[in-house]
Amino acid sequence: MAEVTNSAEKTRYLSELAEVSERSAPDAVRAVRAEGLRLFGELEYPHRRMEAWRFTNVNPIVRTPFATVTNPAQHGLERPDLARFTYPDQDWIELVFVDGFLAPELSRGLEGEPGVRVLNLASWTGDDPAWVDHFGRRLNGSSSAFTALNAAFSLDGAMVHVARDAAPPRPIHLVYVTTTQGKASAVHPRNLVVLEENARATLVETYVATDPSEVRWTNAVTEAVLGEGADLYRVKVLDDGPGSFHLATTAVSQGRSSRFRSFVFAFGGRIDRDELCVDLDGEGAECALNGLHLTDDGQLMDNAATIAHKAPRCKSWIGYKGVLDGKSNSVFMGRIDVHRGAQQTDSRQLNQTLLLSDKATVNTRPQLEIYADDVKCTHGATVGPPPEEEIFYFRTRGMSEAMGRGLLTYGFADEVVSELEIAPIRERLDRHVFEKYRPE
Amino acid sequence: MLSVKNLHAKVEGNPILRGISLEVKPGEVHAIMGPNGSGKSTFAQVLAGNEAYDVTEGSVTFLGEDLLELPAEERARLGVFLAFQYPVEIAGISNAYFLQAGLNEIRKSHGLEELDSMDFRELLREKMEMVAIDPKFADRPVNQGFSGGEKKRNEILQMAVLEPRLAILDETDSGLDIDALRVVSEGVNKLRGPDRSFIIVTHYQRLLNYIVPDYVHVLFQGAIVKSGDKDLALELEEKGYDWVREELATA
Repeated sequence: MAEVTNSAEKTRYLSELAEVSERSAPDAVRAVRAEGLRLFGELEYPHRRMEAWRFTNVNPIVRTPFATVTNPAQHGLERPDLARFTYPDQDWIELVFVDGFLAPELSRGLEGEPGVRVLNLASWTGDDPAWVDHFGRRLNGSSSAFTALNAAFSLDGAMVHVARDAAPPRPIHLVYVTTTQGKASAVHPRNLVVLEENARATLVETYVATDPSEVRWTNAVTEAVLGEGADLYRVKVLDDGPGSFHLATTAVSQGRSSRFRSFVFAFGGRIDRDELCVDLDGEGAECALNGLHLTDDGQLMDNAATIAHKAPRCKSWIGYKGVLDGKSNSVFMGRIDVHRGAQQTDSRQLNQTLLLSDKATVNTRPQLEIYADDVKCTHGATVGPPPEEEIFYFRTRGMSEAMGRGLLTYGFADEVVSELEIAPIRERLDRHVFEKYRPE
Repeated sequence: MLSVKNLHAKVEGNPILRGISLEVKPGEVHAIMGPNGSGKSTFAQVLAGNEAYDVTEGSVTFLGEDLLELPAEERARLGVFLAFQYPVEIAGISNAYFLQAGLNEIRKSHGLEELDSMDFRELLREKMEMVAIDPKFADRPVNQGFSGGEKKRNEILQMAVLEPRLAILDETDSGLDIDALRVVSEGVNKLRGPDRSFIIVTHYQRLLNYIVPDYVHVLFQGAIVKSGDKDLALELEEKGYDWVREELATA
């Protein structure tokens, strides 16, 4: 076992990691765990002298002695307990993970359908080339001690495979529920999504908690591979409450003419960081990364998106909106790397933040590295309170200042929600946003 | 209905209104004309209750209430409506929702029952027909992506739905082509009645061919310097505002 150095805070996970590394597992998983453990030993925990973490202080995560959930928990949850997190009246495939492990009795559609296979990592026998070829391969450029720790555990998570030309009509919903069992627990979900050539899929990720105020840490890694012409529509809903720490890294590689559309909705946690790394590997690939976060007092949301334009004629969009209340912070980084030869790159980004309090702060940074000469890259940012002249407009129509402010805020946020193509989610989130900001 | 006496107002410390006096009786249409910078829009904004303007002197009474004491929303509930020269765009809020919320706030303040979505939709449909607005605008975000003319028409739609007692139209004619001008004017004329008064702020006489005013006032350097009937507008059109300046200089 590799020696873990340079941080006393790391050693607390060593016995858990040692136990996990002894477990039998497919070769692909063992390899990822070993590499994760090696990297975890080498890498410092992120700190504020690192550019990507300058405005996000993760010390509260690093210093909390979390108990990693390394075996399925006795949770006692039943389907009705989950009704507000799931979509029981929809004919979806739903994989429910409780404290990091699949709960088959709460899940449905595990048998998949023609062209679609779903499985959980813990049940994987490792003999499946479609997954073996990609498992653990996508995180080269975005490794941190946190993603390394996730790899070193690699205990459970969702495995999704959509065959060539398949276009399942049912969304695949991954639900991650954390419960509290009297201690600060940590889970490290590890997911892999593979879409073969011309496959289409809708993937929904929901992160929730039975007891939102309790301290918990979710440290998720998702790898997604889109073959030529594939189309992935992905929605993430992060709503696990003010006690939660949530770090997630999603690494996507896109083949020729593929399309990836992502929506990340984050409704406030103590420290939430969502990192998206998209490699546009094939010519003509397109990605659109959208986000909305709503934070309240004491919360932090960090959105980091990195898009590598590696081939010609690719298109990317990053559009994130935030509404910040109380003493809360948001951090946005939109990094675009245009590689040599990636001509006719078309890349745009926009970060818009509404400040509901003068104690809220936002740090927004576009970063462009361009090594091609025929490219179009734009970026922009807006920050400010709801404009007085817009509030005045409401007031001249008989509505109070509070009502004007509330509706303006709702409208600002709901612009992102209203774009969602999946009606049940759109309606649920619309209600959520309306209830949050509507005036009394 | 509206009695303005010696109204003075400043914006960012600069005096803009310097003693406006105006009496508007129920059912009357008053046109306020004047060159750029004479204070026309400021007057409209001050009446509507925009707090960016400081009233330093004078009084405004509306339906027996001291208007200057009331915040903008209470003025609206009392029946004051401003059609903006530059209506703002509101992201994510549909025209229909915006208007229903406004109308219900006004109804509540009068002790009337709120309209539910179904009844409101019916009302909105009628009013949209009346001001010749495509029904699809009901579900579009307020003014977002509307052309200049569509925004102005949308202001008239709002007026038709909210049915104010005093409607102030701030350069509603600017940027309108002749067809849009006719539609907007017809909308206004349909709303004219013995209990509803209008203050029509305009730079040009053109609009007054369609909406015939009872009185025309010329605003110059923050005060009304000349009043007359609709013929005054024609005279202004012919002679230009320099004529007023010269008259004032020789007086």
